[in-house]
Amino acid sequence: MCGIIGVIDKRRQSVDGAKIKEALSMMNERGSGEGAGYVAYGIYPEYKDYFALHVFFDNIRENKAALDTLLEKWGTIVHDEQIKTYEQPNIRKVHTPWRYFFRPDRSLMPKSTTPDEDIVTHLVMKINAEKNGALIFSSGKNLGVFKAAGWPEDVADFYRIQDYQGYLWLAHNRYPTNTPGWWGGAHPFNLLNWSVVHNGEITSYGTNRRYIESYGYKCTMFTDTEVVAYLIDLLVRKHGLSEKMAVRAFAPPFWEDIDRMPPKEQELNRAIRLAYGSALMNGPFAICVANENTLVGFTDRIKLRPLVTGEYGDRLYISSEEAAIRRMEPDVDNIAMPKAGEPVIGRVIS
Amino acid sequence: MTIGSIPLRFKVDIDPDQCMLCGRCVDNCSYGVFRKDGDAIRVNSRNCVACHRCSAFCPRDAISIYEKPTDYRSHPVWTREVRENIFNQAKTGKIVLAGMGNALPYPIIFDRLVLDACQVTNPSIDPLREPMELRTYLGKKPSSLSLKESADGTVELITKLSPNLQIETPIMVGHMSYGAISLNAQTAIAKAVSRIGTFMGTGEGGLHESLYPYQKNMIVQVASGRFGVDINYLERGAAIEIKIGQGAKPGLGGHLPGEKICADVSYTRMIPEGSDAISPAPHHDIYSIEDLKQLVRSLKEATEWKKPVFVKIAAVHNSAAIAAGIARSSADAVVIDGFRGGTGAAPRVFRDHVGIPVEAAVASVDAKLRQQGIRNKVSIIASGGIRESADVAKIICLGADAVYIGTSALVAMGCRVCGTCYRGQCAWGIATQKPELTKRLDPDVESVHVENLIHGWTLELAELMGAAGINSIESLRGNRDRLRGYMLDEGLLNVLDVKTVGA
Amino acid sequence: MATQIRIDAKGLHYTSLNQKIRAAIADGVKEIIIDNVLGQRFIGNGIRGDDVTITVNGVPGGDLAMFMSGPTIVVHGNADHAPGNTMDKGNVIIHGSAGDAVAHSMRGGKVYVRDNIGYRGGIHMKQYLEKRPILVVGGAARAFLGEYMAGGLLIVLGLTGIPPIEERGVGSGIHGGEIYVRGIIDKNNLGVGAQQIPATEEQKTMIKPIIEDFAQTFGLDSVPLLTSDYSRISPASARPFANKYTWE
Repeated sequence: MCGIIGVIDKRRQSVDGAKIKEALSMMNERGSGEGAGYVAYGIYPEYKDYFALHVFFDNIRENKAALDTLLEKWGTIVHDEQIKTYEQPNIRKVHTPWRYFFRPDRSLMPKSTTPDEDIVTHLVMKINAEKNGALIFSSGKNLGVFKAAGWPEDVADFYRIQDYQGYLWLAHNRYPTNTPGWWGGAHPFNLLNWSVVHNGEITSYGTNRRYIESYGYKCTMFTDTEVVAYLIDLLVRKHGLSEKMAVRAFAPPFWEDIDRMPPKEQELNRAIRLAYGSALMNGPFAICVANENTLVGFTDRIKLRPLVTGEYGDRLYISSEEAAIRRMEPDVDNIAMPKAGEPVIGRVIS
Repeated sequence: MTIGSIPLRFKVDIDPDQCMLCGRCVDNCSYGVFRKDGDAIRVNSRNCVACHRCSAFCPRDAISIYEKPTDYRSHPVWTREVRENIFNQAKTGKIVLAGMGNALPYPIIFDRLVLDACQVTNPSIDPLREPMELRTYLGKKPSSLSLKESADGTVELITKLSPNLQIETPIMVGHMSYGAISLNAQTAIAKAVSRIGTFMGTGEGGLHESLYPYQKNMIVQVASGRFGVDINYLERGAAIEIKIGQGAKPGLGGHLPGEKICADVSYTRMIPEGSDAISPAPHHDIYSIEDLKQLVRSLKEATEWKKPVFVKIAAVHNSAAIAAGIARSSADAVVIDGFRGGTGAAPRVFRDHVGIPVEAAVASVDAKLRQQGIRNKVSIIASGGIRESADVAKIICLGADAVYIGTSALVAMGCRVCGTCYRGQCAWGIATQKPELTKRLDPDVESVHVENLIHGWTLELAELMGAAGINSIESLRGNRDRLRGYMLDEGLLNVLDVKTVGA
Repeated sequence: MATQIRIDAKGLHYTSLNQKIRAAIADGVKEIIIDNVLGQRFIGNGIRGDDVTITVNGVPGGDLAMFMSGPTIVVHGNADHAPGNTMDKGNVIIHGSAGDAVAHSMRGGKVYVRDNIGYRGGIHMKQYLEKRPILVVGGAARAFLGEYMAGGLLIVLGLTGIPPIEERGVGSGIHGGEIYVRGIIDKNNLGVGAQQIPATEEQKTMIKPIIEDFAQTFGLDSVPLLTSDYSRISPASARPFANKYTWE
């Protein structure tokens, strides 16, 4: 179980975080109070050219100096500060959330076509694998993940997410099974500008993890969801596929359907399944994945988890339950259920 | 002879109350156990190999066969087998020749791995009612795709795909040559695989003319002896397999004795009747990994890059590094043949002591290829000791794309694993070229048995996948999270990259 | 239609070169001349066409004419590793020397090398019915000549000023076919299962046309070759390893 929400305003108008909180809380039956989180895009306009690194420190005095040194080695810390939090009776503050605005020194990755992103990815993988009391859980530009172990409303109030002005939001209400409810295990998962929330289980995780790790990613969060962020980064950023084609790889058509397609389409889909068979995701899942321009929602190929979409004006809403969408926008139009394995995509217009 | 005669291996009893003296046992036994003597059937138990042909054809269940009717003084070190080998070699001074796979009681890793099933957090899938995909492509895959996506939504594929074999079940039948087995046995397998939509290997014995109708389901082998290899043969195969080694006898070549080279075998192997067919231990045009690349590419040049080329190696200590070399050679698949792999004839000392289990070899090969980012360059085919569908599921979880079965297919045709294939007397008409024996095997009947077996395993595999919540075999492949080790030591768990039960 | 074409192989990959050769043969070209060959492997791999002649000017790479079935390839230069490998039919004429494993597993046709060859020449040559491969070496061969030989005919003439063979393992494991060497070889250099007997007049008569053809091909005087003594190396027994095993 778990409840998910994704909202995008295609004209980048701010969406009220308080509404997201209310909608997510409506789905508390889907959660267990052990993890909730939000990601909002567009919240750091004054630092939009720098990577906003959100870090959980176990202990500021013991763990922060080492991270500062490492970041300075790979670039410049433009600004850093503690993320403001507001004590909640039901949240035990086991970590101190911190944010850095970081500019990588691209001359250190001379052979890469995306040196900035590669440096940041390298740092995220390294820090998180070392487990030295620091965990980078958000690393994109002009966006931030806010998450903790707790109920959605408590986590929202802990960070006062309504204070952040975002045009694209993902939110997640967690019912943990495979891994315990710890802060790092709460959704959304993020890498660079990719963020993911997920309901269900990725039964193919063992295959997906070994595949993605052969490309230098390291799965460190003890949960199946993080591979989605890495897979989409690989397929879209590194291999240059569109989000639509990446989703095709994650939840491809069945062979019997491919066999009935016209020859060119057959060839394309066969190629996708051959090249990306290890990226195919099996098991029950509904996923919302986003970057700064796009919100994508999709389910597994045989629709084992729920996903509902709705539209209102420039906004696309995706959620596990229609009620959550209606809490955000009572007048929503076009409530629909996407076809299994096929993505629903919302893009910014300007 | 001071050693005297050694105790009987098998004792054959005929129940006189049941026996009706029909003589079927006399006719069926090709080892000379039975003799009709007036009103009785006489038995020479010493000739028995326990192939069960007699009891299988006794209409009254009158025949019983007992193993080891005489006890030795038991001893954990000086086992019966050890002692009998010493007797044998003391008498002959020769290398002991044996058949079938490894006969020592090493623990079987497959039997210490357990599979997973869904409970609550993900639903199991009913393969009879919902889609379940076992289709597998064998060959080189691109590491990424180049697509041209237009604004109108059309997507054009730029990347050129290498030729792959498409199989509807990850179960193929491995290379057993005409010569090692009979043409009827090969024909039965050929009919079965072409009906199922999978493949079989020719072995290093050429491709008999009568099998040409099944050639699109044949993988033609090129081994060190190059028997039966010419351009026509290469062009007929759906894929070409270079055999470097065999799990039953790593590091050795092959030797089909002249007495098995009958006219027809001689024709397909393209060597004179009655001459020995000796396959050298190495390919004498391959003394190093770059030479292997040369042969792979030579075969591709000769067939205009239209056919996948596989390379088969025996599972040995350094398999992972060797496979990584093979993956860089332009080869399209690597076949890993574990030390339980069967054979018609191998020196006992090799069969029982050289090589490693396929489970460990496949796990380390898959891991090494991933580590080096070249897993897409080759498919992995596992063979050697695949006995049931669970073994197939487990080896796929450990990283294999597909399996070859050998002995299992022979057992489906009647083989009782008596392990005396090298004598050429197979009473079931499988491992023999004697016309009076080979005619016992009806290719039409036995092809149904082989087909049934693969079909049954395929159904079970689909059920196992469904129970694990997986509806496409890609998601089982290398998914070691779906396995747990039961009573495996930590070192082996690390090699297999599998957690222990309970973890 | 042109019956002759020239291909400039300078900087050409072997796959492109072979594609050009195949295309020319498909177009009915009978004579293909390839200039500036340098290291391209697999030339003429698996091609057919009994009336096609390919002239290679330069130094081809390994596995020249592998699996070839019919054509004639003439090389003006040295050949590398294993020319005539698993060749089925046709001719390979090398105006120069060649590397190791010449005529490896060859099953038909002929390979003539004017000068010397490397190690394991003629290894595992085999014959069947009318298919009887012939390897003739004008100069000298190195160790393990005719190892595993199962059929065919191998002749070494020793015309390059050094004896035909002075190294070990001649005919090691030979169980079919025959090797003729001009003169005699040191018996210590005979391999396991091989025997050396002076060639009879009958045997010399048998090889005479081949020696004449070889001499003519390279413009040599055949008379001294035909008047020489030859040794014949053949299997000591048809089943040299028949008694190696006992049953379990």
